[in-house]
Amino acid sequence: MTAEAFDLDRAWAVHPRVSIRPEPFGALVYHFETRKLSFLKERTLLAVVEGLDGVRTARDVCREAGVPEEQDARYGRALATLAASSMLVAA
Amino acid sequence: MTAVLPAPPPAKPQRLVDLFEYGLDAPICLTWELTYACNLSCVHCLSSSGRRDPRELTTDEAKAVIDEFQRMQIFYVNIGGGEPTVRSDFWELLDYATSHSVGVKFSTNGVKISPEVARRLAANDYVDVQISLDGATAEVNDPIRGPKSYDTALRALQNLSDAGMKNFKISVVCTRQNIPQLDEFKAIADRYGAQLRLTRLRPSGRGADVWDELHPLPEQQKMLYDWLVAHGDGVLTGDSFFHLSAYGEALPGLNLCGAGRVVCLIDPVGDVYACPFAIHDDFKAGNVRSEGGFQRVWRESELFLKLREPQSGGACSSCAFFDTCKGGCMAAKFFTGLPLDGPDPECVQGFGEAALLKVKDQKNALPRSAIDHTHQGAREPKNAMGPIRLTLGRRQGTTALAAAECEEDPLAGFTVR
Repeated sequence: MTAEAFDLDRAWAVHPRVSIRPEPFGALVYHFETRKLSFLKERTLLAVVEGLDGVRTARDVCREAGVPEEQDARYGRALATLAASSMLVAA
Repeated sequence: MTAVLPAPPPAKPQRLVDLFEYGLDAPICLTWELTYACNLSCVHCLSSSGRRDPRELTTDEAKAVIDEFQRMQIFYVNIGGGEPTVRSDFWELLDYATSHSVGVKFSTNGVKISPEVARRLAANDYVDVQISLDGATAEVNDPIRGPKSYDTALRALQNLSDAGMKNFKISVVCTRQNIPQLDEFKAIADRYGAQLRLTRLRPSGRGADVWDELHPLPEQQKMLYDWLVAHGDGVLTGDSFFHLSAYGEALPGLNLCGAGRVVCLIDPVGDVYACPFAIHDDFKAGNVRSEGGFQRVWRESELFLKLREPQSGGACSSCAFFDTCKGGCMAAKFFTGLPLDGPDPECVQGFGEAALLKVKDQKNALPRSAIDHTHQGAREPKNAMGPIRLTLGRRQGTTALAAAECEEDPLAGFTVR
């Protein structure tokens, strides 16, 4: 999946076998199935990822986490990276 | 490794390595040695294992430690020893961990990996296995790890492969004797559908006795570096060789000493050390049995807080390669008598050799761990014999196991498989 392909206007959820550990700089994200570890280098991104509930659109979750609209594309790219490694799944 | 960065580059670029220098709320790469008992007596064993220690954690204590890992969200632990599978409660602890959201990767010489055990392991999605092998042939392996240890390892590989186990690893400590066999190791891994993992020989534990004779020669270090660059992410290293990055292109990984920052070791009696290669009082931060448990040791111990302060490069700071190699491995320096803020003994720019020359008169005063569980008689008297002989096929009686390296990508790759 490329960054452009990430659809902010649909609902996403964190993969059920993914665990998120907050850290001072952001968070660590670990996928128990793929053994992949990723780093969220920002607390705001952590708030977005934790907000993904499989119901609301990713864009709505970004609003709620305080992401300014003009930064949607940038957060979309970050979420696309997570989706590409199966950390996030489309609901 | 995926670093997900939504923001544009901040004024000062924040590399992960910079963030990690200040430590994390919990380790990423935690090695837990379950026992000092081992059926082998590898000449380079990092933990000088052999005999069980009567003070080792009980089953209940070990489970309490696992509960703590779960609370701290330690995603997985690297279990070693000693030979962890000789603990009678090993399988019980493994099941306990994996049913409490703590993944397990364990290192073994293969002695207990029967067809039945292999099938059981293959059925558990939260377990990874590493079989230690230090020679692509018995002639190279057995003098290091002990008689029949090659056959034992290969039988275990066959059993895992037959059971349909996915992504198991062959873990190799790189030595002067086996670096010419890198392609053969790769062929063995391919034959069993395993992944190859290469790690660095450390002068820790019994490794101190044989380091002079086993550690790669300078030209072999270059050969190893070129081989690693050519194989890229296909071969794991646990970020073991970051000192080689000073040859030029950095190797995959964070290239940072993670001791006390992202890495630590819990030994069989519950003592917590800054890294698996540093079982010595100077690097002991506390014990999991003390009040506040492991979490307090990790977050509050004086030693770990000190290790998380910005480190001075000392003699290395003027070197053009300091930013890639960061002065190399703390434990390698310590056990060869070098200052911790100077070059690694195997510095590829040659500064290590020069530094070693300066301290060569102090060889008898090198720091040694007081922790030694070596089997009686397994350590050959070295006096009249001259140096320990590692000429192929000539060594007898001394057997082996070192399952204690920093098992997995604490800092490397971050693709943990």
